Amino acid sequence: MWEQIRSNRIRSAILVAGMGALLLLLGYFLGLYFFDSTTAGLIIALIVWVMMLLIAYFQGDGILLSVAGARKIMRDDHPRLYNIVEEMRIASGLENMPEIYIIDDPAPNAFATGRSPDKASVAATSGLLQKLNRDELQGVIGHEIAHIKNRDVLLMSLAGVILGTVVILAWYATRIMFYSGMSGGRRSSRSGGGQGQIVVLAIGIILMILAPIAAQLLYLAISRKREYLADASSALYTRYPEGLASALGKIATSTTQLKSANKATAPMYTVNPLREEGRAASDLTSTHPPISERIRILRAMAGASVADYDLAYRQVKGRTGIIPVSALNDSGDLALRAASAETEPAEESTEKVKRTRDTSELMWRLGNYRTLVCECGTKLRIPPTLRAPNVRCPHCGRSNELT
Amino acid sequence: MIAVYIIIGIVVILLIMVIATYNGLVRLRNQVKNAWAQIDVQLKRRYDLIPNLVETVKGYMKHERETLEAVTKARNLAQQASSSGAGERAKAEGELSSALARLLVVVERYPELKANQNFLALQEELTSTENKISFSRQYYNDSAMKYNNQTQMFPSNMVAGMMGFKASEFFEVTVAEERAAPKVSFP
Repeated sequence: MWEQIRSNRIRSAILVAGMGALLLLLGYFLGLYFFDSTTAGLIIALIVWVMMLLIAYFQGDGILLSVAGARKIMRDDHPRLYNIVEEMRIASGLENMPEIYIIDDPAPNAFATGRSPDKASVAATSGLLQKLNRDELQGVIGHEIAHIKNRDVLLMSLAGVILGTVVILAWYATRIMFYSGMSGGRRSSRSGGGQGQIVVLAIGIILMILAPIAAQLLYLAISRKREYLADASSALYTRYPEGLASALGKIATSTTQLKSANKATAPMYTVNPLREEGRAASDLTSTHPPISERIRILRAMAGASVADYDLAYRQVKGRTGIIPVSALNDSGDLALRAASAETEPAEESTEKVKRTRDTSELMWRLGNYRTLVCECGTKLRIPPTLRAPNVRCPHCGRSNELT
Repeated sequence: MIAVYIIIGIVVILLIMVIATYNGLVRLRNQVKNAWAQIDVQLKRRYDLIPNLVETVKGYMKHERETLEAVTKARNLAQQASSSGAGERAKAEGELSSALARLLVVVERYPELKANQNFLALQEELTSTENKISFSRQYYNDSAMKYNNQTQMFPSNMVAGMMGFKASEFFEVTVAEERAAPKVSFP
């Protein structure tokens, strides 16, 4: 996977440099407008740029996780998710255990973020935990761990934070210009008003155009190739491509839309969360390859190696392969494994009930609710804000003391 | 004079290649060692889980003492074999795996047991530990194959031969058939 890692580094560098250029341009014009000095503007822009880079590098993952409304969980909160992440960590040969986060959302999806393979996070929605069985969850987590292992995560969090800042800055800049423009443009009027006004207006328009273009650039940077590679790695780790294929199928047929996703965070997810409400995700989107195609490739795999994925890709797409040659060389003959016991249809319905119960327990607990079991067997969820000394059971009428 | 420079140049290039190959081999060997340590961690975890499991299950399964004894015995044998080579160890661990699998099949006959929270938590741990064992084994074997390829393929095999890099053993678990597993009679 070294070629992929190197291409990621180059892309990151281009992204960061492009952003810098955009900011310097902004600084140049702002300095001209507000201070009559382009150097002051450039210096300010430079400071903002460096600060942004530092924030994106050291805090990027934290910001993205909080924007997504993700909450960190420990081992005991959801042993199954924790175990699966650890299984995939072992299978991929990743040295450090990533942090695990849960997003309270019924739409099944997941993403990975972080600075490096040593400091990374995996986030899954509660819907994902409810809908997928063990093999499927393993496939999705394998895909996320592959993003960490292939070093896609730094680029993703960097891109997300930078894009967010550009959008916000552009918004404020146009606002400031609009209002100061209304009041006659105090400073620009000194140095020959009319021309300054036009320049300012032009910048405003340029910035408004640039923000969506930056978004587009980000969409291109997080390329489809990366998703295919992560799928191939997931199959390699789990030795069971059917798990991911069937998980993608379940995610695709789910019609709920992820509440917390926006344009900046969309490219991070396993499946593009920004599809229209009520519509299946099988349509073409630019950040993610169509799900149906990903499923077809995974199902066409004859073995579990990266070379098998490449072969299946060529079969489905009828084009040249997707995997870098360096990665193809040292992959041997790897057989697929059988499904785990839980995937059997007979188990599925009881498993589903248990999964749903486990996940909702977890969400109550994460919301700091206390659970009280009444003598009649009813479970009472006590909100953390309740100050009353006792609570009446709505089922049998017994009064339960809160201790 | 030019010829001398050319010779020096060739020697320097060769030296750099040897150093790079050597470092690559060391990295792979460490990866293999590390992967082996991972297997070890997971196998130990399984030894720790089994007494717990047997203790939880015992009360419910009055008529399955043989199965339980077989699991305990296989665990002890595997723990004893943990200091021997990869081949012998793999065999003992394979037997433990099949003894456990048999126990989990028997569990299906006890619905009360399957409702026990303690048991469910243990079952999750056991399933996951089994998975972790096979994933760490998979990673170990992949690493060992990469390393072995490097020690055997030209030209890195020359460096490997000179510096004493030896091919490492694979960890192949031959999951014993239920019939082939040793019958343990309860005294």
